[in-house]
Amino acid sequence: MEIIAAKYIGAGLAMTGLIGAGAGLGILFGNYLNASIRNPSAAAGERVWLFLGMALAESMGIFGLVMGFVILFVKVS
Amino acid sequence: MAAIEPMEQFLVHRIIPLPVQIPGVGMLDLSITNSVAFMLIAAALISAFFLISSRRALVPGRMQALAEMLYGMVDGTLTGGIIGERGRAFLPFVFTLFLLIATLNLIGLAPGGFTVTSQLSVTAALAVMTFLMVLTVGFVRNGFGFFKLFFPAGMPLAMAIPMAFIELISFAVRPMTLAMRLFGNMLGGHVVTYMFASFVIGLGVFGLEGAGLAKLGLIGSGVSFLVIVALIALEFVVAFLQAFVFAALTCVYLNEVVNLDHGH
Repeated sequence: MEIIAAKYIGAGLAMTGLIGAGAGLGILFGNYLNASIRNPSAAAGERVWLFLGMALAESMGIFGLVMGFVILFVKVS
Repeated sequence: MAAIEPMEQFLVHRIIPLPVQIPGVGMLDLSITNSVAFMLIAAALISAFFLISSRRALVPGRMQALAEMLYGMVDGTLTGGIIGERGRAFLPFVFTLFLLIATLNLIGLAPGGFTVTSQLSVTAALAVMTFLMVLTVGFVRNGFGFFKLFFPAGMPLAMAIPMAFIELISFAVRPMTLAMRLFGNMLGGHVVTYMFASFVIGLGVFGLEGAGLAKLGLIGSGVSFLVIVALIALEFVVAFLQAFVFAALTCVYLNEVVNLDHGH
């Protein structure tokens, strides 16, 4: 297989990591909405942890994205 | 047609070459690169902002109100909220981290700006600084009690030993994840914006030069342009959010070592 073809396939496979990130973010925000509608006065206090959790869950997808970039764009002589 | 090179925008090149020869060690490259230049611009902007806004009026003007809001957010939500009373000692460090990362991220969004935080070396340096501060504070404050961090309370010994191993790995990987999170967000944002920009030009040229159905390329070009507008708006949010998350995670890691035996 040509190296360019393998690079493209590898980058595409690396993007499957974002499945988990999407699922995790959906669960996180869904639970926050659920709880904040039940108890609106307590919602503002937990907003810090919402953003923190969002960044931590999203960063897993970002690691996959960076791996895809590395596979795709690092020049192979 | 020019090649589509999304990674070229991240190349670091020297503006003022300054090779310094250290006798016995070798050559140290202290050149002023575009990365260094934008870091200096960010430092100058932050310093100017605080010099302008420190008029200490009782009824604050807009700049002073902004500075007070930023201070209130870091003191209230970050060090005060996450670490507690002992967090005030870390307020300068966390405040500096937050402002520096936010400014560097935002400068990268300006036309012609170079995103310094899209360099893994820069984000790794910031993450290692945080990690070393956590280690230092941990050992100075707790001595060898620092290792209690890896043994969660109330666990039977047979389970605690593999748990400690897992906790140690998760602790050691923290500077890497801190660096990679900021780096990946900035890199990804700019690469995706570049790709949509290449669609605008590519589809536009295709639509203009083609005939018949190729005119649909102009519609694609317009849609891509709207996507770029939305992406830049998202990048503004991400710039602040990633700075906040870096500072907040620093506070969380410091809280673990500062309030190790007292709980929070």
